[in-house]
Amino acid sequence: MIFTNFKRITRTGFVNFWRNGFLSFAAIVVITLSLSAFGGLVFASAFGRSLLADVKDKVDINVYFSLAAQEPDILALQKEINALPEVASTTYVSNDDALAAFQAKWQNNALIMQGLQEVGGNPFPAALNIKAKDPGQYGNIADFLTSKNPVDASGTPIIDKVNYQENKLIIDRLSAIIPTVEMSGSIIAGIFVIVALIIVFNTIRLIIYAAREEIAVMKLVGASNTYVRGPFVISGIMYGIVSAIITLILMAVFAYWSDAVVLKLAGVDVASNFSLIVNVLSGYFVQNFGQIFILIMGSGIILGGVSSYVAARRYLKV
Amino acid sequence: MIYYDKVSKIYPDKSIALDNVSFGIEPKEFVTIVGHSGAGKTTLMKLLIAEDYPTEGTVYLESTDVHGMNKKQKNKLRRRIGTVFQDYRLIPNKTIYENIAFAMEAAGRTDAEIAADVPHVLELVDLGHKIWNFPRELSGGERQRVAIARAIVTQPDIIIADEPTGNLDPANTFEIVRILKKINELGTTVLLTTHNKGVVDAVGGRVITMEKGKVIRDDKNGKYIL
Repeated sequence: MIFTNFKRITRTGFVNFWRNGFLSFAAIVVITLSLSAFGGLVFASAFGRSLLADVKDKVDINVYFSLAAQEPDILALQKEINALPEVASTTYVSNDDALAAFQAKWQNNALIMQGLQEVGGNPFPAALNIKAKDPGQYGNIADFLTSKNPVDASGTPIIDKVNYQENKLIIDRLSAIIPTVEMSGSIIAGIFVIVALIIVFNTIRLIIYAAREEIAVMKLVGASNTYVRGPFVISGIMYGIVSAIITLILMAVFAYWSDAVVLKLAGVDVASNFSLIVNVLSGYFVQNFGQIFILIMGSGIILGGVSSYVAARRYLKV
Repeated sequence: MIYYDKVSKIYPDKSIALDNVSFGIEPKEFVTIVGHSGAGKTTLMKLLIAEDYPTEGTVYLESTDVHGMNKKQKNKLRRRIGTVFQDYRLIPNKTIYENIAFAMEAAGRTDAEIAADVPHVLELVDLGHKIWNFPRELSGGERQRVAIARAIVTQPDIIIADEPTGNLDPANTFEIVRILKKINELGTTVLLTTHNKGVVDAVGGRVITMEKGKVIRDDKNGKYIL
């Protein structure tokens, strides 16, 4: 009997979805708009996070060593710095590497190459590039270097300069801005979601309001609440599924389109400098498709189903 | 079988629909309730199927208080009573077949029973050829016959028909009366309300006359007197 009822409820839900074409269409439009708002938030946060990661990645401090500093001393220092909990990564650039990079960069500029010749030898100091896990931690790392003040065998300090002070301003600003951006982003997202929920619920309530007499008749014929309400919930779930499919298609189209636009606006040169910004959304969409699918489909089904379930309740009291 | 015991119904706007009404109905009786609009006829019907509650008094169906029932018992009660409304109350987006099948589905009948009984009952009300139409494609008389078919398809013990001919022309009216009489002859208790003199005379049988919420006459072989 339970199986028979389930079969009948499902069939009626499908039939009603089809026969009430216009109402179904209206519900799908509203739910699609709401789900697209969810999708937009997902994309905005993905893009924002990628942008922040990119900017964070550009912030670092460089330790320049004196020309006399010996490589083993520098490598020993690098090991110590790597052991610090705040440090994400370090890169050692020897003076030969620095010279090679300079030459590669200016090889087509005869004037500069000539200048280099005249200076003679290698004027470039070895450097250690340090990236912290969080921009707020560069202060600690700089303090550590100052207080440690490593020396070589003869007692001469090997560190020539730490460029923390020059980067301090941008580092401080970033540490202040990032949490604010994240916080206000979540608040706006929360308001968005609540508005979307209210609109969807009210649309479905109107649809069920239009069927209130029908519900009363079914109750007076002796149908149970489940049997009367079931088809409405099934129709609601179908609104959600169809809307979710449309939303996912819209998201895919938007992701590929916007990536093309960003690339065009930024120009290929800039885009290759900001490697992370290239194909952010399409890449994100493909990589996280499973999660996005579950989020959008789940929200659609819950929105449609639960709204119908709740909205039908008040007309069942016959 | 049915017993109204000192039933009063006062609506929230203080209008008195029923004023201390008591009477009983025997099994297989055909009872016609007559009275002007607002005499309380419809309220009597609504109380019997627990669509509304009495302010005072009790409505019994076979010694069970109709209004003391829980949801499940109420659904079962409604499956024992077939109801026909003046405005038909068919479900607009279901075909005639589905409208009638719905009453059987609600009563938990099997698919085989539904497939066999629905065409049969539609033949009975002479609508076999409209089985796949929607209610909006039918005339008033046809819709009311569908409503009767829906009421009788579950073979209920009682049929209540609240002004079933109120919106119909004379030819259709007598067709409906004929069908109801036939149902009654087959052993179903019928409770009919009307303000149509012709209907009362055509039915014969017991007539209860109501005025301003009170029973003023109860004749075993009544005529329409108001």
